[in-house]
Amino acid sequence: MQIPPKQVDVLVLGGGNAALCAAIAARRLGASVLVVEAAPKFYRGGNTRHTRNMRCAHDAATDHLTGPYGEDEFWEDLYRVTEGHTDEDLARYMIAQSKDILPWIAEQGVRFQPSLGGTLSLGRTNSFFLGGGRAMLNALYLTAEKLGVQVIYDAPAVHLDIVKDAFRSATVRIDGADHVIRAKSLVAAAGGFEANIEWLKQGWGEPADNFLIRGTPYNRGDVLKMLLDNGVLPIGDPTQCHAVAIDARAPKFDGGIITRLDCVVFGIVVNRNAERFYDEGEDFWPKRYAIWGRLVAAQPDQIAYIVFDAKSLRMFMPSLFPPVEANSLEELAAKLDLPVDPFVKTLTEFNDAVRPGTFDHTELDDCRTEGLALQKSHWARRIDQAPFYAYPVRPGITFTYLGTRVDRDARMQMADGGKAANMFAAGEIMAGNVLGRGYAAGIGMTIGSVFGRIAGERAAQNAHD
Amino acid sequence: MHMIDNLKEAERLMTVCNSCRYCEGLCAVFPAMELRRDFADADLNYLANLCHGCGACYADCQFSPPHEFNVNVPQTLAKVRADSYRTYAWPKAFQPMFDRNGTAIAVVTAVSVAAFILGFALWHDPAVLTSDSGQFYRLMPHNAMAGLFGAISLYALLAIVMGFRAFWKDIGAGSVSAGSGLTLWQATKDAAGLRYLDGGGVGCYNEDEKPTDNRRLFHHLTFYGFMLCFAATTTGTIYHYFLDWPAPYGWTELPKLFGIPGGIGLVVGPAGLMHAKLKRHKDMLDPARFGMDTAFLAMMFMTGLTGLALMVVRETPAMGVTLAIHLGVVFALFATMPYGKFMHGFYRFGALALYAAERKAERPATTAGKS
Repeated sequence: MQIPPKQVDVLVLGGGNAALCAAIAARRLGASVLVVEAAPKFYRGGNTRHTRNMRCAHDAATDHLTGPYGEDEFWEDLYRVTEGHTDEDLARYMIAQSKDILPWIAEQGVRFQPSLGGTLSLGRTNSFFLGGGRAMLNALYLTAEKLGVQVIYDAPAVHLDIVKDAFRSATVRIDGADHVIRAKSLVAAAGGFEANIEWLKQGWGEPADNFLIRGTPYNRGDVLKMLLDNGVLPIGDPTQCHAVAIDARAPKFDGGIITRLDCVVFGIVVNRNAERFYDEGEDFWPKRYAIWGRLVAAQPDQIAYIVFDAKSLRMFMPSLFPPVEANSLEELAAKLDLPVDPFVKTLTEFNDAVRPGTFDHTELDDCRTEGLALQKSHWARRIDQAPFYAYPVRPGITFTYLGTRVDRDARMQMADGGKAANMFAAGEIMAGNVLGRGYAAGIGMTIGSVFGRIAGERAAQNAHD
Repeated sequence: MHMIDNLKEAERLMTVCNSCRYCEGLCAVFPAMELRRDFADADLNYLANLCHGCGACYADCQFSPPHEFNVNVPQTLAKVRADSYRTYAWPKAFQPMFDRNGTAIAVVTAVSVAAFILGFALWHDPAVLTSDSGQFYRLMPHNAMAGLFGAISLYALLAIVMGFRAFWKDIGAGSVSAGSGLTLWQATKDAAGLRYLDGGGVGCYNEDEKPTDNRRLFHHLTFYGFMLCFAATTTGTIYHYFLDWPAPYGWTELPKLFGIPGGIGLVVGPAGLMHAKLKRHKDMLDPARFGMDTAFLAMMFMTGLTGLALMVVRETPAMGVTLAIHLGVVFALFATMPYGKFMHGFYRFGALALYAAERKAERPATTAGKS
């Protein structure tokens, strides 16, 4: 049985990239550090266990990166994906710090490799973890434990004792028993609330019942909620979350990356009524995949079907479940439990509207439809070559945007205008400061590592003073 | 039936892994997998033999047990790999040797040791077993010894070649010219250094998610120990027949210079590997093949130990029995070589050669039943 200490210098709530970076940084400055992770050991690390890379600015190509990625370019990418929903001062500070974080993370035992097969577009900007996010976590935990950081698993925080702007103690539940842990500084790195369906319903209503959660069931946002209830200033849209369309057959939680589908641009997408509802060929998939969760969430029963034919089967990354297969459109509709006549009508109208063109999925090609109320702008090819295929899809929720407001020191800001005395935040729980909307691959890990390290160092200094 | 289940599970896992690819940089298995969309039995046998069992992909996998996707690549490929030894064994009549391999090898060894003891005793006066003459060939004339071991070695060689040919053909090695000099050289380097038994660079995972394993060191001791012992025997034979210089040899002569460190390697290496096996995370072990793995390590260990013991007790009354045991163990080692874990080295080498060829050709091998 795990017995936590009654008093530490730095208490870290959470167990992912941000939490471990904070713990390691604080411990390296001499603080006594306790990491309290709500999940059991196997599921430790929240969304970090499903990540695969981080986006850091760098001046030159390395063994693992194909070219330079300057601070300004990083900032422009961030500004574009967030459509300006970012704190420029904080974001530029993070980007500047990201240059140092790459070697720092490597010093903590994390190893890198060139970009994975099928991700060549990220080879210049993103550093891929050798073995993926869980390998990265394993390395960080190993380093933390070697340094003397204590870690307790399966231990959700159930109460925070905060008096005005100062943290006093946390109550942690272990094997049904509550333990009070006092600390000189708190680092909250416990992620968002994407696995908390009730909370998601506040923004999405009943349809949230049909959402699938891409990460573990432990991302419940309890720490975030307790902080906000105790007067910490919030940031980010409380109703928003990052949602992509994933295979509807995926488990409710923790299906991870292998349930994603990259084939929308190769076919058409219909809802339960066998009607199309969005231009599948509007733009390149990496620029559009993040809107499809929201689009499917708006359809009846929050379900849709990507339909394509034999021509396209091998043109995209494989995924966990095989597509539904049929030798005719009628048979496919029956297998999907869709109304047959409307389905065939939608397909026939689409096929008739496809104009001749030269198909090339690597560019915005000239294969498009004409005469439909809802066009497909690129990569439109007739769906006429048996066997026919379909993937059912549902919204898959990756992360939430609501968080705690922080400054450059990762110090929480209070709703009454002051700064927190001894409370710091890092990772998804404060990502909304720089990522108020949208997403750019690998940026969650950058936020976690950069602010995790800062939070850990400031928390340790705070504990010394 | 069991074998089919293992292949089915391996096929399922390769589909899961192919849609993730996070482990791509850890070893050769995953890049080889990425060249494929479908996995015929032969493809799976190839991938299984390419896997060194370092365990990194298990420790790194977000979907390994207790996750409901139950992704356990090291264990599943270990099962398929062991099944493949049976599938390709020659002649077919001896394939059941793999079903209860530990017992089978123990029986062959016991019978062969007993036969040598009995043979010496019946051939001569039983007292010869306890004489302290220090002369091996008084117990068994050199020509008889060389003839017997030459014959069993030739048989083992034939069976190994036939098994390897079946594997090589089945995995489609010819379709990408895996037998070319360059790929064989690459495979030799990869095998000699155990390039893929390093957990992707930090050491293997054996007990838990910490890369603290040193099976590579113990495997090197075992393999190079074996090769040194082989060299000792070979130089001894050359001395005997071509230089007319029969054993025993002095401490500074080649047979001793090879044999002593070789014997030590064969004792320390298998002991270390056995220790690692006993501590291995149960999820990564193939419990059905524990006997086969253990028998192989025991044979190596016994070969080294009895060889060293023979050197120590040569001029004592224990020499006769020790020699009989040593020769019995070595005879059994050769006799069972094509029907046990020993084969892993050959199939591993073949798989590494095919991998090198596929990398060069940038396409997968063509296997039976697939275009």
